[in-house]
Amino acid sequence: MTTVSSTIFFILTFLSVYVQVFFLLTFFEKRKKIIRRKENFELEEYPGVTIVVPCYNEEKTIKGTIDSLLGLDYPKDKLKIIVVDDGSKDATWEVAQVFQEYENIKLIRKKNGGKYDAQNVGLLHTDTPFFGCLDSDSFVDSQALKRIMTYFLDPDTMAVAPSIVVDNPKNIIQGAQKAEYDMAIYTKKMLAFLGGIHVTPGPFSIFRKKVFDELGPYRHAHNTEDQEIALRMQEHHYKIEHCPDAYVYTVAPNSVGKLYRQRQRWIYGFLRNAIDYRRILFKKKYGTIAFFTLPSGLISVLSVIFLFGMIFYNITSFLVHKIIQIQVVGIGSVSKFNFDLFFFDTKAIFFMSIVLYTSILVSLLIGRQILEGKFRFSFDVFYFMIIYSAVAPFWVLKAIFNAIRSKQSSWTLEIDKRST
Amino acid sequence: MEQQFDWKRYVIVFFITLGLFLTAIYLSNYFNNRKLNQLKTIQDNISIDILSSETQFSLLSELSCKSVSDSILSSELNELGKKIEWGQDNIGNSSELTYLKKYYSLLEIKDYLLMKKISARCGVKSAFILYFYTTAENCGECIKEGIVLSTLKDKYPELRVYSFDFTTDLSAVRAMLDIYKIKDTKLPALVVDENVLTGFTSIEDLEKRIKDSFKLQEVIPEANSPKKGSSN
Repeated sequence: MTTVSSTIFFILTFLSVYVQVFFLLTFFEKRKKIIRRKENFELEEYPGVTIVVPCYNEEKTIKGTIDSLLGLDYPKDKLKIIVVDDGSKDATWEVAQVFQEYENIKLIRKKNGGKYDAQNVGLLHTDTPFFGCLDSDSFVDSQALKRIMTYFLDPDTMAVAPSIVVDNPKNIIQGAQKAEYDMAIYTKKMLAFLGGIHVTPGPFSIFRKKVFDELGPYRHAHNTEDQEIALRMQEHHYKIEHCPDAYVYTVAPNSVGKLYRQRQRWIYGFLRNAIDYRRILFKKKYGTIAFFTLPSGLISVLSVIFLFGMIFYNITSFLVHKIIQIQVVGIGSVSKFNFDLFFFDTKAIFFMSIVLYTSILVSLLIGRQILEGKFRFSFDVFYFMIIYSAVAPFWVLKAIFNAIRSKQSSWTLEIDKRST
Repeated sequence: MEQQFDWKRYVIVFFITLGLFLTAIYLSNYFNNRKLNQLKTIQDNISIDILSSETQFSLLSELSCKSVSDSILSSELNELGKKIEWGQDNIGNSSELTYLKKYYSLLEIKDYLLMKKISARCGVKSAFILYFYTTAENCGECIKEGIVLSTLKDKYPELRVYSFDFTTDLSAVRAMLDIYKIKDTKLPALVVDENVLTGFTSIEDLEKRIKDSFKLQEVIPEANSPKKGSSN
């Protein structure tokens, strides 16, 4: 039993290190191609862009979201904003009325039908060559759209994902997510270099409208329509780029409960979409998405579960031993503890774990470098490691459980609607 | 725009990862070997100590009981036992560790015999416990007995516990098992003052027994040790 579990642990650690090395190697190879623009610039041509803001019970944030879109450094006559209220039960619709008089803003109210449905309604009203969405809990940086549009100078580019930054983290839960999102900027950029992006996040990914004309509208896709559309594009060899200096600020869940529900939905969506698109797995013609992105996602799901099992086993054996000790000799006797370097763990797997944890720190530093232009360390990463290793197994297990039972955790169930 | 499958990247990354793993394995072996060497050195030192005490004992006869009993470092022997046991759990059951364990058992027997001789000649009643356990199967009672014995050792520093793994393939250990008629079905087994106790013996019973047999004095934990819980 121990041999089996250590073998699995060894293999999973090997694969996890493999993933990290894969990213690092790509970074060293392509780092000069990562652009970070500080100065303002003008585009030769400003194509028309429609941004759809699907919203559901967002009375508090909707105004800020639309204001940030109005603040975009992009010609007003080329930017159309469509706000789709998906049957909110709060004052979202009333709050949105202040924008009624803006020429380039259209307000639509519809029956609750889910986020993908709200986005599709927006699509129907889109007559510009470019289309994007912005979740109503997110805000864009004024330069984001212009910077994204430069990637469309390449006629092959069909969609561009932005860099998502956690807005003003106020507690350690949001701090942990800040570290995670910063790391994701790095991995996303590396995947973009290799053509392996599997999510075009809800907040401000911009598409050529023809993607939807050719491939069809958004699908329900187990409440992760932003993953599904990316996979559909990958299946049809549509190029997805990542613009690291297009910043979108998102309000991250501020409690473990909310984070748990969000992640459970993401992982569930990932698993179901991976199952739906299993036909592309390990097919040579699909390249990175087939050989790296999807498999590494599945590996990380397995690793989280396995690691949790190991930790659970170790804690249980420790407790059992303590209980036996108390039963046998009572609480008063505390065995002497002598510090001796001899008892320091020197198993190979221990050194590999050090490599793995160091690579997480390095990912954060590189992410910050891409985001802020300098390697900046912060303690957020430790919050990330601690909180995620304690809670992630639960949302992963729940997501797997749901995926097996095909039970849906949905926007329409009105549990949580944040998505990226 | 069909993607090119960049198989070279996958192969290079595989070899880099393999390199990292081999380095980790190398480091692990390096430190484990150092640990094994450390164990060997401790064992050699103990061996020299025992041999020296034996020789001293033969030379001086009954003249110097005190100096002889002082010279043997049973705590070192205990420490060595702990390290070997930890090594078996954490370094792996290598042939070297099995060898070290045999050597350790032999040293225990030698120490035991020497101490017995000294106590006979010097008229001191020595507090010995022989403890037989097994690692061949999951012996929950052995784990409990182990905890009892370490607690008692902490409480009574003069108490000497010699632990023998039933599965040790050494004729000297076999001989001990034969003398006390220890069977693997009756483990854990203790020999206290020539009485064989089989199965789990509780701390109360054992403490009473060693107090009666050896008239041991309990050490009172230092009052100023801050991290320890209240002593009962």
